[in-house]
Amino acid sequence: MPTMFLREARLKRQTVFDLLFRSLTRASAIAVLVLLAAIIVSLIMGSMPAIRAFGFGFLTSSEWDPVNDQFGALVPIIGTLVTSFIALLIAIPVSFGIAIFLTELSPRILRRPLGIAIELLAGIPSIIYGMWGLFVFAPLFADYIEPWLNDHIGTMPYIGPFFSGPPMGIGILTASIILSIMIIPFIASVMRDVFEVVPTLLKESAYGLGATTWEVLWNVVIPYTKVGVAGGIMLGLGRALGETMAVTFVIGNAHELSKSLLMPGNSISSALANEFTEAYGELYTASLIELGLILFFITFVVLSLARYMLYKLGQREGQTT
Amino acid sequence: MNSKLEQLIIGIIAATAMFFAGASRAVDITGAGATFPYPIYAKWAEAYKAKTGIGMNYQSIGSGGGIKQITAKTVDFGASDMPLKPEELEKNGLMQFPAVIGGVVPVINVAGIGAGTLKLDGKTLADIYLGKITKWNDPALAALNKDIKLPDENIIVVHRSDGSGTTFIFTNYLSKVSAEWKSTVGESTAVSWKAGIGGKGNEGVAANVQRMKNTIGYVEYAYALQNKMNFVQMKNRDGQFVKPEDNSFKAAAAGAQWDKAPGFYEILTDEAGKESWPISGATFVLMHKVQEKPETGKEVLKFFDWAYNDGGKLASDLDYVPLPENVVKLIRAAWKAQIRDAAGAQLLK
Repeated sequence: MPTMFLREARLKRQTVFDLLFRSLTRASAIAVLVLLAAIIVSLIMGSMPAIRAFGFGFLTSSEWDPVNDQFGALVPIIGTLVTSFIALLIAIPVSFGIAIFLTELSPRILRRPLGIAIELLAGIPSIIYGMWGLFVFAPLFADYIEPWLNDHIGTMPYIGPFFSGPPMGIGILTASIILSIMIIPFIASVMRDVFEVVPTLLKESAYGLGATTWEVLWNVVIPYTKVGVAGGIMLGLGRALGETMAVTFVIGNAHELSKSLLMPGNSISSALANEFTEAYGELYTASLIELGLILFFITFVVLSLARYMLYKLGQREGQTT
Repeated sequence: MNSKLEQLIIGIIAATAMFFAGASRAVDITGAGATFPYPIYAKWAEAYKAKTGIGMNYQSIGSGGGIKQITAKTVDFGASDMPLKPEELEKNGLMQFPAVIGGVVPVINVAGIGAGTLKLDGKTLADIYLGKITKWNDPALAALNKDIKLPDENIIVVHRSDGSGTTFIFTNYLSKVSAEWKSTVGESTAVSWKAGIGGKGNEGVAANVQRMKNTIGYVEYAYALQNKMNFVQMKNRDGQFVKPEDNSFKAAAAGAQWDKAPGFYEILTDEAGKESWPISGATFVLMHKVQEKPETGKEVLKFFDWAYNDGGKLASDLDYVPLPENVVKLIRAAWKAQIRDAAGAQLLK
């Protein structure tokens, strides 16, 4: 009898605890949604004056004139997209190389130290990258690389205009390179992790059939891990789109539209970081908040596209194998 | 068990209440705004606290934020590098007065041009920042600097990327000396630049100027001095070339006609006077004319009164320039005349 009573009490207590735990987790999950909605609503409310004043013209105008209250987001939008795109262009192949070397080719003794080094790189605060970019990288870039680009690539047809301009050391291209250095550790460590989960059986079988390392990678490892690889790239892209301090240091912060990648530009997050504290007047503040809203939207679209791509990949998987 | 917990909670509440009661007995004053005067306000606050026991908390959140906070009455005083126009003051029931003087100094980094030797006038400086003069050996520059061999290099223009009182003073000066600047760019804490690259803060501009060759930028005087940057001489209104020094800023402040400026709306750019540095400016303090908490209001005034009397040395140490005596006299008169409590009685008798 007493044991029965005890067990019942424990059971009851467990049910209560269970219920409590369940509602707690549910509340946390809902809090995320509420927070997200609240952020969107407050961004929209904050940018209302600018939306009313400029409408869709805000997206297509390159004017940014605080004196006359004329604002347009084209320069920062293009700056954000272009720097992130070039950063990915550089970071993806390098990260591939790092991950492949670490999982397939590296001597066992080097794997751990190299892996730890990459993780350490990912942990460096972005302002350090920015300062390094401004004080160390930019002067070297201006003295050695940009003159070379000017003389050799700048004279080529079609792509020449993108690489000509005074060698200042800072600008869109410098920002992209710094960004790529920042996102390489992220992409590389995700790639390494997913490459490592490829079953040895599969790889050994391919080697057994006489495949070269390259063929094993291309035909076994990458098809097996493409979802994870795409996820790592998206993680890097997400970081590149929102990166603020490092970009602010080296992008040049000029609201000017220029064909050349060597010229200064601006990105959404660095415009916000630069101008929000001293923005005076309703329209100026509202325009900056609208920039924030646009960045939010871009990130959202990019992430959704990535999800959709992964979903499509997953669907095709079933058909081909 | 429960009663013990209750006792504990009551104890904590009582202790907190006592702590806050104790803290609020001495009226601490709070201010927010411009970043430029932050070092000297912090220094003054420290010295004042040691002397009187009354603390002053200053948040350097930027002039724009300072104006917002004082308008919303969340602080006892606001600070701005850009003075508010008399009608704006009137609209928000505010009064303003200058606290300390600083200046803006064009700095360069060009091989072969020694520190403080390059001479510029307002028109040339405006044309450089408009992107009309693009070479260091442009005839306009050569005419001003016959004794210097100017290199045949592109000028890289550096400006502030963040909104700033420094930019306001600089663009205000260019607007006064160049009609074209006034009509195409204008004056504000942030403007639509026609040329160049932006650096964040004085340190960002300084870093860009020092790291790149053939650059020109503009920074806060104290900043240029402490970093030993290569400044230029400017031609002032009287046609004299002057160097940025304590004396040339003081001359600019003395030459200004503060008594004729309603609400102390006076920007010290392009002032008359043989020794005046043409790109000078003051940083301003904003207060409500009607003080709902007269005790706190009085403390704010006492603080700045002390700063004018005894804070000059501290200001000079940090390379700010104290206000001349005649201006301080005007400020004290304005306090008496303009600041009142809710009943309408003068705060200072």
